[in-house]
Amino acid sequence: MPQRQFGPATVDIDEEGFLTDFSQWTREVAAAIAKEEGIAELTPAHWKIIEYMQKEFKENGQVPSIRKLNKSGVTSTKELYGLFPGGPAKKAAKISGMKKPEGCV
Amino acid sequence: MKRLAILGAGTGGTIMANLLRRRLRKSEWAITIVDRDNEHYYQPGFLFMPFGFYKREDIVKPRSKFLPRGVEFIVAEVDRINPAANEVVFQDGSALAYDYLIVATGADIVPSETPGMLDGWRDTIFDFYTPDGAAALAAKLKAFPGGRLVIHVNETPIKCPVAPLEFAFFCDWCLRRHHRRENIDLIYVTPLDGAFTKPVASKALGALLDEKRVQMVTDFNAERIDAAARKIVGYDGREVPYDLLVTVPTNMGSEMIERSGMGDEFRFLPTDPNTLRSKKYGNVFAIGDATDVPTSKAGSVAHFQAEILAGNVVRAIEGRPLEPAFDGHSNCFVESGRGKAILIDFNYDVEPLPGRFPFPVVGPMSLLKPSRINHWGKLAFRWIYWHILLRGRPIPFVPARMKMAGKKRPAEGSTPTGRTK
Repeated sequence: MPQRQFGPATVDIDEEGFLTDFSQWTREVAAAIAKEEGIAELTPAHWKIIEYMQKEFKENGQVPSIRKLNKSGVTSTKELYGLFPGGPAKKAAKISGMKKPEGCV
Repeated sequence: MKRLAILGAGTGGTIMANLLRRRLRKSEWAITIVDRDNEHYYQPGFLFMPFGFYKREDIVKPRSKFLPRGVEFIVAEVDRINPAANEVVFQDGSALAYDYLIVATGADIVPSETPGMLDGWRDTIFDFYTPDGAAALAAKLKAFPGGRLVIHVNETPIKCPVAPLEFAFFCDWCLRRHHRRENIDLIYVTPLDGAFTKPVASKALGALLDEKRVQMVTDFNAERIDAAARKIVGYDGREVPYDLLVTVPTNMGSEMIERSGMGDEFRFLPTDPNTLRSKKYGNVFAIGDATDVPTSKAGSVAHFQAEILAGNVVRAIEGRPLEPAFDGHSNCFVESGRGKAILIDFNYDVEPLPGRFPFPVVGPMSLLKPSRINHWGKLAFRWIYWHILLRGRPIPFVPARMKMAGKKRPAEGSTPTGRTK
């Protein structure tokens, strides 16, 4: 299994760079992945979404869909695209230390 | 007398009625199945209608014909399930009490979820996930003079996730045969980052799109459709103009699930992925497209789930522990045009891989590669569906749980297997 070094942390990742073990996630790892994804700095608005996604993931074992985020009252789809440009569901999941969203099989 | 109620007499519900009528004693258990009409469509046939291969009458039969003796069939609109009272409430206010309930209410397209989509509905915007939509699209395609034909997936998950790809392959093939391909650009717009969700199949199917000169627009999430200007507008500001838009709108579960307060954000029923019991209610089970389990929404999945679910319903009734046996097994034929089809076979953990099916080496079917025998398999499947699958009989050599034998993971960087050359 491939590994990556982010500062002092070593994490296991899959072929697409998603963490395979959520327990290895730290805020520093998140910031480093965000940089690679073109997000220079994680703002409180980003953290609000990351924290919500992680809470959902811990409770249900599933990465929340964009639809769920939009309905949660935490954020809107439009805001998600502003904060995580490109593919917000994938980017936010990657930064949050979760597997690739599987809404689509 | 106790009652098992089944909501929905489609693929999953019909198979469950057949399986459980054989397993539950008639003197102890009544089985009641409910649907809003008596028309059972062979849904894989919708794909063939826009191209004139099937007409509506080729793919519809009465639901009642496939239900066994000893099962009561009620045609009525359900208002809601009242899980606390163990009853189903109909729109006329009457109620049906149950001891056990199976939710098999499927998934449907909901075009109203995308602003503007209904403005051009069946004028320049069409679906092929409903019999009316597929029939209307057949007429439109015949008269389409040329221009940009955009095939669009709005949001995942969708029923039969390969159907829009098949539509693209079929379109290319039919237009070529009628010497109209030069006047028509085919564009495939998807919220995914490739043709399919799983890497090996995505590469193979993406290569096929490329080979058939279908342009791909990936990671595209539609914010709205401007039907007057004929363009899809993405959340990221990108715009895709079209002359004819063939869309797979957002798919959602039944509104009845929402009215019952039992659904997730897509109105799908939170379901244990291995036992198929509701995560919340001990006497409620679910099958097929109505569940939220992370595998394809497809008839083959309902078929594979059925045998396992029947066993678990009986275990629950007898007070025994459920068997967490469902592995997410899915199996689909993907029409690739020119009289060929691709077969994919996968589950929760194993993505679609190349190889042979159902037997290693001898096949006779090929996995993840276009072949004629796969296409015959797909055509033969309509007969199998009506005569074997709906009756709850096993399909020879294709067990409910996926087999690894015959599958082979390609080496890193190898050429995609999808090529027909």
